[in-house]
Amino acid sequence: MKGRLFTKKEWDKALRELSKSQKIFVPAKEKDFHNFTVLDNNMEPDFDFQNTRLSPKSIVFPQSERMFEYTLDETSPDAHILKEAPKDFPPQAVVGIRPCDAHAFQIVNVNFDNPEYKDPWWVRRYRATTFVGLGCNEPCSTCFCTSVGGGPFSEKGLDILLHDLGDRFLAKAITEKGIEFLDKIGSGKEASEQTLKKAALEAEAALGKISSSVPTDRLKEKTEIELFDAPFWEKIAFPCINCGTCTYLCPTCWCFDIQDEVFRKEGDRIRNWDSCMFPLFTLHGSGHNPREKKVQRVRQRFMHKLKYYVDKYGNGVACVGCGRCVQFCPVNIDIREVFELMNGY
Amino acid sequence: MLEYTPKIREIARGLLEKGTVDVFIGYRKGSVPMMNEPVLVTDPAQTDVLHWDSHCGLNLCNYLTKRTDRIGIVANGCNSRNIVTHIIENQVKREQLYIVGIPCTGMIDHRAVKRAVNGKEIKEVQENKDTFLVIGKDFEEKFAKKDFLQDNCSVCRHRNPVEYDEMVAEPVEEQEAEDVFADVKTIEKMSPSEKQDFFTQLISSCIRCYACRNVCPLCYCPTCFVDESQPQWVGKSIDPVDTMTFHLLRAFHCAGRCTDCGACERVCPVAIPVRQFTKKLNKDTLELFQWEAGLTLEQRPALDVYRVDDYNDFIL
Repeated sequence: MKGRLFTKKEWDKALRELSKSQKIFVPAKEKDFHNFTVLDNNMEPDFDFQNTRLSPKSIVFPQSERMFEYTLDETSPDAHILKEAPKDFPPQAVVGIRPCDAHAFQIVNVNFDNPEYKDPWWVRRYRATTFVGLGCNEPCSTCFCTSVGGGPFSEKGLDILLHDLGDRFLAKAITEKGIEFLDKIGSGKEASEQTLKKAALEAEAALGKISSSVPTDRLKEKTEIELFDAPFWEKIAFPCINCGTCTYLCPTCWCFDIQDEVFRKEGDRIRNWDSCMFPLFTLHGSGHNPREKKVQRVRQRFMHKLKYYVDKYGNGVACVGCGRCVQFCPVNIDIREVFELMNGY
Repeated sequence: MLEYTPKIREIARGLLEKGTVDVFIGYRKGSVPMMNEPVLVTDPAQTDVLHWDSHCGLNLCNYLTKRTDRIGIVANGCNSRNIVTHIIENQVKREQLYIVGIPCTGMIDHRAVKRAVNGKEIKEVQENKDTFLVIGKDFEEKFAKKDFLQDNCSVCRHRNPVEYDEMVAEPVEEQEAEDVFADVKTIEKMSPSEKQDFFTQLISSCIRCYACRNVCPLCYCPTCFVDESQPQWVGKSIDPVDTMTFHLLRAFHCAGRCTDCGACERVCPVAIPVRQFTKKLNKDTLELFQWEAGLTLEQRPALDVYRVDDYNDFIL
């Protein structure tokens, strides 16, 4: 399968048609930035973007998810019995996801779907999702995907890779799921050798436009304790305000908290995103907090991404170089500098 | 305001060398355009990292809370008013501080600049007094700073520090803002249900990251009400009612204390104009108690004292 060509008009029309029978997430402009939104007749997808403000992780891992429900009504035979909140997981697609964000889903997947644990909600939703990527012709200056195992046209974690050729998309199916999805979109036109060559050259050029890089080669050989006790954490942590911007915008941050919410006699057990930046994240029932200080929390975030994950899964770092935290950290803590410090220590 | 940079470095170096202060808190130039990073300098030889320009829109007073050492700090009008508030609220002592006053001509609204270049990626912003040059991959555009001030800076009436030990330059002329509270008045005219719709819409994209709260020097409670867990006060999901509870209560906690420094609005990752909450309370404290936060060390804040002539029409 070399690639099919679709004019953008055809593509838009086919997507809209398909959105009648399945959920399709597309980038759309809201206020000054883009986010993934469900495609419907009232909105215009906008594929002319660098990346979305929020990563698309919520499509598989929602910020708040009702897991169970229960009743406290003693007269009910089901009183106090936890039942899985009914929901279904029909096929859905995210169209226009950047290769870095698709790579992120693979990184997170090893946490939620492994021989030891299978998170039922993640697994079902992840498997039901088709990832239709859009290669980056114009990466941002804060992008460093090529240093962390990705690239502007990387196929990691994707079912289809789209290449924006101006007025047309060149679509390449990568998996069975991708072939099926593309068949639903339409036959398009077989891409000529010349078009394929032009696309390959453009992809090559995009690689050269990545201007940021980070070192990772020495992270594995250091001991955890060496890095944990390194002298630079206080300095990195000083400006941090311990907000959740980095963790909530990050495509690979997966931590959550489970909460019970009760209204009168009906209760829900809800899973919410949580952040290692928040003191409450590690507060014990006893009142003790093992990560009471800001510096401990800042260290945890970077150690998790650049050391613990590396050691545990042997799968590289838990960072895809999307640059969101670099751009939007309110106090300009730049993970690229932390890579340098940790790798160079 | 770039021209203040050498003077800030010189003062900081002197203070650290003489041992007048143990640490100096300022900004260093950020790694991305229109962003600077708060920095703590202890070594006089390192003072050359210090930097000042029109992107120093955080509030450094945030870094003073409960410190016990002697601190040098740069402060423009709003930051100095927060320092005064901090002193009044016993978060730091005046004797600990050496305040380097910045006559401020306002901060540049990074979102407005991005809009002006149609969202194209900005590689560099060069400041030159009243203008600034925005440089991207294949464009260069020059703008007048006065057209791109942050909303709070455009209506600011206290550009010069109210409390300082030394100024980096002569005070700047204060602005005569036409109507500081024009936006609040528009909302006041709405019916209750219109107001509810307005604020619900305003925070609809909130992700509960708490950047607005954490960047604010007023929010220093050891445990914020939204983080209370025994018992829990507010739900932690993104249910709109819980999110609204957070925003409303946060704003009320800032009543009579907020200096409208705009840090909360500047840092919001989803561009919520959160000052719409706090500004109403600033207007109320001004109108009902003739009080503006942080203008003097000599007077207790409005909500901190009782006066017989206090506004009391709300008591039945």
